[in-house]
Amino acid sequence: MGIMNRARIKSPWLLHFDCGSCNGCDIEILAALTPFYDVERFGIVNMGNPKHADVLLVTGPANHRNQRVLSNLYEQMPEPRRVIVVGTCGCTGGVFHNCPNVLGGIDRVIPVDVYIPGCAARPEAIIDGVVLALESIGAHGK
Amino acid sequence: MARTVIPFGPQHPVLPEPIHLKLELEDEKVIGVMPVIGYVHRGIEKAAELNTFRQNINLMDRICGICSFIHSLTYCQGIESLIGVEVPARARFLRVFWSELSRAHSHLLWLGLLADAMGFESLFMQCWRAREMVLDISEMTAGHRIIQASCTIGGVRRDMDEEMVREVEKRLIALRQLVDSSIHGVFLHDPTIRQRTAGKGVLSKDQAEVLGAVGHVARASGVAVDMRQTGYAAYGELGFEPVVETGCDSHARVVVRTRELYQSIDLMRRSLTAMPDGRILIRVDGYPVGETVSRCEQPRGEVIYYLKGNGTNHLERLKIRTPTFANIPPLLAMMPGCELADAPVIALSIDPCISCTER
Repeated sequence: MGIMNRARIKSPWLLHFDCGSCNGCDIEILAALTPFYDVERFGIVNMGNPKHADVLLVTGPANHRNQRVLSNLYEQMPEPRRVIVVGTCGCTGGVFHNCPNVLGGIDRVIPVDVYIPGCAARPEAIIDGVVLALESIGAHGK
Repeated sequence: MARTVIPFGPQHPVLPEPIHLKLELEDEKVIGVMPVIGYVHRGIEKAAELNTFRQNINLMDRICGICSFIHSLTYCQGIESLIGVEVPARARFLRVFWSELSRAHSHLLWLGLLADAMGFESLFMQCWRAREMVLDISEMTAGHRIIQASCTIGGVRRDMDEEMVREVEKRLIALRQLVDSSIHGVFLHDPTIRQRTAGKGVLSKDQAEVLGAVGHVARASGVAVDMRQTGYAAYGELGFEPVVETGCDSHARVVVRTRELYQSIDLMRRSLTAMPDGRILIRVDGYPVGETVSRCEQPRGEVIYYLKGNGTNHLERLKIRTPTFANIPPLLAMMPGCELADAPVIALSIDPCISCTER
């Protein structure tokens, strides 16, 4: 494992994008950043800029309007990048599976590395998912 | 002076949700604003026609993760009035309890986000620390942190025993103390907060009435409108006075919400004290026939459900008017004339909930 990947695993920067979720998972992602769970002590920082991010956290199902925004954000992220889907509706479409504007899971639009089920997913599960994604960077090195 | 258009969103650090505002600028001043929405539209109203009316409760819970209980409550009240069901008294008080619990969680969330939007990070952390206490109560009583999912047609799904009521009381007192010691005073008196909010995003009482503002936006402009005055669930028995401020600006909105936080804690404690014994759920047979309008007060304002049933297992039409939708025209009236740096704070001051608005 090179020095770059070691640094990445020690301090992964997240980009969060709400792709049409109910907000439940989004506020749990935010909750993971606040004092009770405080992921910043592991070096995990929430970023606003896709060009600075290592990990993309997506919530909610993909729909016709925002699939372009989502793939745009994904394209702007530098390699090695990891995509984590938070919440059942982002994994499969979930409770919104029969909504007319919903395409289904995020993996219909961009490749996904880690799926975190739950409606809404708990902060512990989200932290666990980020760790899983980082392990895969460490194992493959790219 | 040349005009510049700055896109604000759909993916922006202060916004947890995607909304796109096109800000038209002259120098640093915002002179026009055009919202572009549709990024989180799912088509829930159509899906509600495809599902059976009982399946819909789960879908309504997930229109918005922040005010999820009140969405399913409004839906269930609509169905109950169509079928003609009288809900047991204990269930009505429990409904008030969970409504106020989600209001307290939503208000703390918003106060934190607002502090974060103006760069006051430690206050953001304090608000969210207090919010964790609310979520713990939610998890203890309803089994889930965010989506309570405890409302159903004919009552509620979960009951609370004596021990749990005592524990909740204890935690609510602790919550009140925390809000007292580290949140309320800061929002009221801190000079940074005052500078960033006082006089910003002004909406006069006339404008609020004409543009149809709801919730804290209307109440901060002196319009005493609150659906809890209609006395749905057990609000009629508990007695309720809306919180009204006359400052008309973003700071008045902050004050309304901090005062409502106390009111919510108070209402929760009173509903637990006044809660009678008895059943929490009655069996409901039959199918919804006819049409009705169901209205409730969400943390952000009045939500209106229009339901039309035709005596089958499926609803013929479900139409939802959410509070943020009503508050977007007032937002467009507040924005022109403000500095670009104030735009995020003013946009947040109406507490936009996009996933409600676009469904």
